[in-house]
Amino acid sequence: MSAARPSAARRLLRAYPTLLRIGFAEAVAYRAEFLVWMLATTMPLVMLAIMTAMAREAPVGRYDARGFVAYYLVTLIVRQMTGAWVAWEMNREIKEGTLALRLLRPIHPLASYSADALAAMPMRALIALPIAIVVLAVTASKDLTHDPVNVVIFIVSLFGAWLLNFSVSALIGTLGLYLESSLQIWEVWFGCFMLLSGYLFPLSLFPAWLEKAARALPFAYLQAFPVETLTGVRDRHHAIHGLCMQLGWAGVGWLALLFLWYRGLKRFAAYGG
Amino acid sequence: MRYLRLFAVQLRASVQVTMQYRAEFLFGMLITCFYVFWNVVPMFVLWSQRSTIAGWSLEEAALVTAWFTFLRAILDGAVQPSLQAVVEHIRKGTLDFVLLKPADAQFLVSTARFEVFNFVDAAAAVALAVWALHRLHRVPSAAQIATALGLTVAASAILYALAILVISAAFYVVRLDNLIYLFNSVFDAARWPASVFRGVWRVLFTFIVPLALMTTYPALALLGRLALHTAVAALGGALAFVLVARAVWKRSIGHYRSASS
Repeated sequence: MSAARPSAARRLLRAYPTLLRIGFAEAVAYRAEFLVWMLATTMPLVMLAIMTAMAREAPVGRYDARGFVAYYLVTLIVRQMTGAWVAWEMNREIKEGTLALRLLRPIHPLASYSADALAAMPMRALIALPIAIVVLAVTASKDLTHDPVNVVIFIVSLFGAWLLNFSVSALIGTLGLYLESSLQIWEVWFGCFMLLSGYLFPLSLFPAWLEKAARALPFAYLQAFPVETLTGVRDRHHAIHGLCMQLGWAGVGWLALLFLWYRGLKRFAAYGG
Repeated sequence: MRYLRLFAVQLRASVQVTMQYRAEFLFGMLITCFYVFWNVVPMFVLWSQRSTIAGWSLEEAALVTAWFTFLRAILDGAVQPSLQAVVEHIRKGTLDFVLLKPADAQFLVSTARFEVFNFVDAAAAVALAVWALHRLHRVPSAAQIATALGLTVAASAILYALAILVISAAFYVVRLDNLIYLFNSVFDAARWPASVFRGVWRVLFTFIVPLALMTTYPALALLGRLALHTAVAALGGALAFVLVARAVWKRSIGHYRSASS
């Protein structure tokens, strides 16, 4: 055997499946808590109630009552499958100094955070799947895309949206190295996300100038883009363009994250450690 | 009387703790303003599509949103922080120190922490209500205002009772402390007039989690559309909620086994 130490990347690749297994076991162990977290995502259902109340009188823009059912249930699926809350954990670990323990391990902390988040996906999918079946049954596929390419783009875009969500969440968590508490920044981000991502209502209900602005910002690629791809609002050409934008924003997010992480780490002096 | 004095002491302590971190205090105020603004935007977007939704005009719905903002301020500022502390106490076993004190434990934990800058939300809620009434050219009678205020007190009591019920669950299953977030997200539905909801949802939001009572009824009272017997029933319901919560709390605290010993 060669004496050369395996490179950091190789080591990471070998350890990652194990990290995923541990994360999954944790999600299963705390399944009751996990379920409550997931049930707490009720916003799309509340919005669905008020939108269908409007659509009963007359269609709103391009959406009738059934169109809204498809829109909000797909929104719910996208949210469940792509949400990231690592900012909370990072903030706590920075404040309590337990980040030092993660830094001691031979695995990059960002890798272990991301493994924790990814490992919860099978459990999330378990909840999202019944919703998906309801969508198919209720809308009888009239309000969904018929283009197989769009379906593939939708699935890829779920991963892209998670990458972007995770990078922003970890970025704000990393800001905890610079600020006393970066969670308030997280709240501002989340507020903008709710309005500008299509999470509360389809972006097409905005005045045209605001819709245009929203579509240039990263928010729209977290919700509106995957949802519109699957509900057939975007044709294949627009969907591919959207995917490029999404992955572009995710790349920007990760670059900013890594930059701030390595600079911030130098400032980290474990409190009480 | 003694409890009133205790209340004043606890409140003062919270104010001092908050003011201590001045930068955070200022930033907290800014965030709160931002949230107030963000809270009303969805309403304007939706009502830009229609003049009425489910029978409510923009100004009438703004009254509901005003009450929602106000109750949210009470929930975030007075109810939630101290109850979150209870969960922490239970987990660490430090609830012992509270139980040992010569005052009612429920009172002590309920008044342990206040988030002062939620006053901003409350003020914004009042401003929004005044704006809506002004736009409607409506001056509610004294009786209508009294009914609305009475219902607000009842709504706060129900919020508090529900929170106590949620916290009581933490005595049995400690890991379920995030039930409070579930409660929070359900409460978000109260921002819209109750007539938006149909079927099962309406039953749920009227009787089980009485969101209709909290935000829609006070608005209806100001608009002079609330029947007297509905208001009386609402007050009775609120009282029942508080009594049940008190009974459940008493039972749950009997279940508490200190984690430290």
